Amino acid sequence: MHLIKLIFRNTLRHKLRTGLTMVGLVVAILSFGLLQTVVDAWYAGAEGAAPDRLITRNAVSLMVPLPLHYREKIRSVDGVKAVAAANWFAGVYQDPKNFFPQFAVEPAYFSMFPEYRIPDAQFRAFFRDRQGALVGRKLAQTYGFRVGDVVPLKGTIFPGTWTFVVRGIYDGADAKTDTSQFFFHWDYLNETVKARTPALANRIGIFIVQIADVDRAAEVSEEVDALFRNSPAETLTETEKAFQIGFVRQTEAILIAVRIVSFLVIFIILAVMANTMAMTARERRGEYATLKTLGFGGGFLAALIFGESLAIAVIGSLVGVALTFPVAEWFASEMGTLFPVFEVSRETVMLQGACALAVGTAAALFPARRAIRVRIVDGLRAIG
Amino acid sequence: MQPVVEIRDLTKSYRRGGQTVPVLSDIDLVIASGDFVGLMGPSGSGKSTLLNLIAGIDKPDSGMLRVVGVDITTLSESELADWRAQNVGFIFQFYNLMPVLTAFENVELPLFLTSLSAGERRHHVNTALEMVGLGDRMEHYPSELSGGQQQRVAIARAIITDPTILVADEPTGDLDRVSAEEILTLMERMNDELGKTIIMVTHDPHAAGRAHSIKRLDKGVLQDGER
Repeated sequence: MHLIKLIFRNTLRHKLRTGLTMVGLVVAILSFGLLQTVVDAWYAGAEGAAPDRLITRNAVSLMVPLPLHYREKIRSVDGVKAVAAANWFAGVYQDPKNFFPQFAVEPAYFSMFPEYRIPDAQFRAFFRDRQGALVGRKLAQTYGFRVGDVVPLKGTIFPGTWTFVVRGIYDGADAKTDTSQFFFHWDYLNETVKARTPALANRIGIFIVQIADVDRAAEVSEEVDALFRNSPAETLTETEKAFQIGFVRQTEAILIAVRIVSFLVIFIILAVMANTMAMTARERRGEYATLKTLGFGGGFLAALIFGESLAIAVIGSLVGVALTFPVAEWFASEMGTLFPVFEVSRETVMLQGACALAVGTAAALFPARRAIRVRIVDGLRAIG
Repeated sequence: MQPVVEIRDLTKSYRRGGQTVPVLSDIDLVIASGDFVGLMGPSGSGKSTLLNLIAGIDKPDSGMLRVVGVDITTLSESELADWRAQNVGFIFQFYNLMPVLTAFENVELPLFLTSLSAGERRHHVNTALEMVGLGDRMEHYPSELSGGQQQRVAIARAIITDPTILVADEPTGDLDRVSAEEILTLMERMNDELGKTIIMVTHDPHAAGRAHSIKRLDKGVLQDGER
């Protein structure tokens, strides 16, 4: 008990110094948590991928479309349960900065994504309306879309102004589901394109392929790609997760930079903490010598120093972790639909705690070693 | 009287800037149980070093150093720490109290190295603080006490484990005349009433006058002919 009492009172001895160190730690842990969450958000698409979904695209590039008739050939492959075409639309809503993902999809698409929860009545209304659209809850909240609203999008890939009517708002099965997307009928897109620019009709961005047995994903992918080998439009089929990670890889340098910065923040606070503990131990050299004189061993002194350092680290990290959640929420709302899923994960919280413990321990190492090694007579000379 | 301290051919030197500086040379000294010895000498004469060696917080280069029947030169650091906790009470010039602990907690500190229960510790601390006249200042922090009062807390801490020897390094060096007198009187009581052997380093002839005998050191050599 006396050890805890001493640690507690020593921690509060220089309130300003302890307070400032703690504030630094709170900011560091909070920043670390936010940066890690940004990295997680980048990978959220891959994390939300289902193992029974494959993506087939043009082997040359995602920008090069595939012919519509591939759909039936893919469907004929053994192990394929369903196929749906989808096209990236890239329309502008009012202002180019209002970015959100828009996809023209076939009806089969929704049966492959059970994580999108749509009320039956709204779903039926969507299918009844050729210009109908389904929007995610987050997207609806960001732009204030309500059922019945007319949403005009200015096409960039597909020229002209396109008008849609919101017929339903979908929710996610869990927090990891992306609810920032905008879906509309592929038929509407294709028929309109056929009328405006016939050369661009019947072109598909990607096929989503649902398979019956997830263990046969590689085999089915190979069989699909074999169908179109040596054709003018060869395909590349991969799991949805691999497809999503491929996207993330394009921006991997940014992610590495974010990761480095997050750990640099921790390193800087380690230096600050180590300095605080070194100053503290230097000031208390005489007290440590007195304790040694009275018969207390090096272990007791080490416990005092580690205890104080860890107390600051633990309190700072608790406040930092507690603040991470509301700040992440605010950050996500400010970012709009840029990060479809922005959630502080349990792993991030555990990493924040581990970093704080590592900082607390590392900061006390050198001062504790010095306190244990100092000769009593030298320590006593520091008093007076 | 049984000797509490027996020193023979004791030498001690320090290394400073690559050179060996002798501090104590061929010290022979015997201190009997219950004695009150004043150690005097000019600055740098080695009196504090001799006190530190007797108290087991420093080690000699050579010679025999038997304190309370134990040759403490043979003890390891941890054995010495245990030995000090059981046999030696320390009184420092600047009191060396823990500023974050109250008078009660400071006196209680050495008892955490014993197996006494919380109730027994409380009883011992109350008795010691009453004995030094600070029964009404138990919950005060050192910063709330005068120099004389802080030194009395330090004396209570020194006697709390009932050690055989009290070593005091300039115990009145930081005090005014009145407080110094009170501390010296208290130390005399510890010697007379509790039978503690006291070894006190001092510059002050008046303080040394309260000791039963005075040993004088000069340039690391113990001088003869003192009372």
